[in-house]
Amino acid sequence: MAVKTVINAAGRPVPLEINGQPAIPFKGVGNHRPDGRKYSPPIPTCSDYPDDGNKVVSSLAEALRKCGLCDGMTISTHHHLRDGDLVSNKVFELASEMKVKDLVWFPSASFPCNDPVISYLNDGTINRIEGSMNGPLGRYVSEGRMKGTAVLRSHGGRVQAIQDGEVKIDIAVLTAPTADSFGNAKGTGGTSACGVIGYAKADSMYAGKVIVVTDNLIDFPCFPMEIEGIYVDYVVVVDKIGVPEKIVSGTTRVTNSPDRLLIAEMTASFLEKSGILKNGVTMQAGAGGTSLAIAVFVHRIMKNKGWKSKFGFGGSTKYMVEMLTDGQMDFILDAQAFDLESVRSIDNNPGHIPYSVFNAYNYHSKGNLTSMMDIMILGATEVDLNFNGNVVTHSDGYLLHGIGGWQNCLHARNVILPIPLFRDRIPVIVDEVTTLCGPGELIDVIITERGIAINPLRQDLIESVKGSGLPLKTIGELKDEAEKICGKPQKPVFEEDIVAAVKWVDGTVIDVIRKIKS
Amino acid sequence: MKGTIAFTGNSGPKVRSDCEICLELKTGGGIIVDLISKVKVLYGDSIISLTKEILEFFGVRNALVKINDSGALPFVIAARLESAVKKLISTNLNFLPEFISENCYSTTRHRFRFTRLYLPGNAPGLMINAGLHSADGIILDLEDSVAPEKKDEARILVRNALHQVNFFGAERMVRINQGERGLADLHFVVPYNTNLILIPKCESADYVKLVDNEIKSILKKHNSGNIIYLMPIIESAIGVENSYDIARASENIVALALGLEDYTADLGVPRTAEGMESFYARTRLVVAAKAAGIQPIDSVFSDVADMEGLKKNVLTSKSLGFEGMGCIHPRQIAVIREGFAPDEAEIEKSKKIVLAFEKAREQGLGVVALGSKMIDPPVVARAQKTITLAISLGRIPAGWKEDLTTEII
Repeated sequence: MAVKTVINAAGRPVPLEINGQPAIPFKGVGNHRPDGRKYSPPIPTCSDYPDDGNKVVSSLAEALRKCGLCDGMTISTHHHLRDGDLVSNKVFELASEMKVKDLVWFPSASFPCNDPVISYLNDGTINRIEGSMNGPLGRYVSEGRMKGTAVLRSHGGRVQAIQDGEVKIDIAVLTAPTADSFGNAKGTGGTSACGVIGYAKADSMYAGKVIVVTDNLIDFPCFPMEIEGIYVDYVVVVDKIGVPEKIVSGTTRVTNSPDRLLIAEMTASFLEKSGILKNGVTMQAGAGGTSLAIAVFVHRIMKNKGWKSKFGFGGSTKYMVEMLTDGQMDFILDAQAFDLESVRSIDNNPGHIPYSVFNAYNYHSKGNLTSMMDIMILGATEVDLNFNGNVVTHSDGYLLHGIGGWQNCLHARNVILPIPLFRDRIPVIVDEVTTLCGPGELIDVIITERGIAINPLRQDLIESVKGSGLPLKTIGELKDEAEKICGKPQKPVFEEDIVAAVKWVDGTVIDVIRKIKS
Repeated sequence: MKGTIAFTGNSGPKVRSDCEICLELKTGGGIIVDLISKVKVLYGDSIISLTKEILEFFGVRNALVKINDSGALPFVIAARLESAVKKLISTNLNFLPEFISENCYSTTRHRFRFTRLYLPGNAPGLMINAGLHSADGIILDLEDSVAPEKKDEARILVRNALHQVNFFGAERMVRINQGERGLADLHFVVPYNTNLILIPKCESADYVKLVDNEIKSILKKHNSGNIIYLMPIIESAIGVENSYDIARASENIVALALGLEDYTADLGVPRTAEGMESFYARTRLVVAAKAAGIQPIDSVFSDVADMEGLKKNVLTSKSLGFEGMGCIHPRQIAVIREGFAPDEAEIEKSKKIVLAFEKAREQGLGVVALGSKMIDPPVVARAQKTITLAISLGRIPAGWKEDLTTEII
């Protein structure tokens, strides 16, 4: 079914209504001014809650019933347990048994372990997902099989939508590695420790009802409490909330790939020669093999120069923890711990501080962390000649990834994308991105194994590396080089139907994803 | 007719940048291409049209071609399909891809050969970016890294790689097989701007001459004035004993390499980290090479994870007189180059020689002298190379002469 669209400020046709709700087209970076007041959940009263503070109920099913689970509700869950999550699927299994229909699943991210929800999309329990969709779930959406329209948001966009009332969560199901009977909860301790559970903070404050599910109930008070019991309705104790080895990798590893190591070396060298790397630098890099290698090379350079980083923002890994314990970084502000070493560090190092995405990424806030970062290392599935980036679809048009914090991180001072020029014949630099996730004006440098392209908007950076011996090229030259090797790719063919909308950090619609032509 | 069905290439969960082809000749029905590919949306049409072009080139009119592609580049698909055709029909035709202009370069006899990266001749995924790692040479290997049943396929793949893969100025080397197969290999590589041929398990000067003559006759047939250098690899006791003769077997020999896995097997002793068992072979080879005025090159270091061990090995190697070493992983390149690169003392000495040479030239003198010592032209050339290398390694600035505040001599 064709929907009426208008052209947004990025030149993309987007609808004015999504899932029956009005949608605002993207207006350009920083141009949308929100009005009105923040959303507020109903006012509770202590008289409805046990005086002894014990909110434990017998099962998740009972908690859902007590929360009044019914058709059309929005249910939120979180990806703290990553691919080891045993709770999210269970919620919909129970809802399906209770014959509830048309739910909206609002996860902070989904993982391969969540693929079974496809059966609850098929049986009508779930109408749509508003959150990240990877692998088979993404394919399902791209093939137009989901009833409602998917809505993709960044981590920061998710909390903005909650705060602004764009998404009204009816029931938030918070999975907590450790909790007390009052509902105070944290990410460390127990057998399912994941380190940090800050993604659930906004949900706990704004949801109609809040359920904490744990497999490690401890005596009051659970301290330090990341989630405060004053927001929690019910506590459920289960045998296991997660599969430990799938929650955090035992250890994150630097890439072995010589090509990726080369990209990492070039990135570190660029950071050094451009002068971006300096004493007191603040940086963020992910847990991918290339990012970790960059962190290792950067650490080495800083150590040689006797420099220190003021703070790093995590996704923390053992490599970041090494900088902390080496005295080379003062603080790790941590939204999620990627390996066991960093989970342990949260308990042991006073400088390793849990930090929710609510504080770090929310654009409708009085400032946030991302614009304070000097160096931001990010990836992309595609980048186009205008430096626009795509992280959600592949060049074949299929939706395969979530946005994560990617859009939020684009506000850092220097946004650097170390990416291979092509992956198994698939060029990464294209004429125009299949799906626009981030405007080119925010993406500063593309570092590939065959050359470095700096956004012409960043003349200061171009000047800074003149005569440095780095292999500088234009993005057009990089694209031509890739096409000379791989050939000029055909474009995927889409149908009219919109299967997903991509929101910008301010809640406006930056692009849509259309159904793949079968 | 050799049969009607042929399989070539590779597929599987770990295979990338390659494809598997099943070609079945038919008696009618035209060409049917059955393509499974992760890049079908992007390159499906071009893969199918390339397939049809190649089959038409070889006069195949009726066939079913099943392609299981994991992102193979066109030169790889072409090589796999040509190999399949050649398994089924006899033909003298060769489907040659375009020869990219970036690879039209020659190398010089005395260039540094600190690092040479070995690439298995039948693994296209490793070839595409190999040139980015700044090895002095890249060896496309047709010998030990290729399974016996894949040797014919590897020749065609290597031939196509020589046309299409940018080697970024690395010396283009091919290691051929032993004996008759090795001589036949030459026809697939010699005409396509190969800079150097490695002759494995070399035991006699006569065999080197045989290879050299075959190369010359192929070049002549192709009206090519190219020079192809030779690097015999000594891998046996008899090879070590004959190394000086081998080193002088042809004017095109530029280096003598050592292969210690086979050599120690020949001696019947295990290869150890200390290397005492190969001490004689190593020093013997160095002396033979130096006596013949060519470069002695050490054996590869096989533990790719042990960078500290590699570093130690390189320093020993350099102290024995070796001037380079094979690399079996790109990460070894930097360590080996760093190890063989000139140290402070060498750089300082080279600076003095270069300055003395330039001073002599300015003054119109035919003879270069450093203090009371005469300097031979090859020593000057060597010093110039050392300086160039030191600049390229960032040891000294390109404008080092301007930085000199005092007269050195």
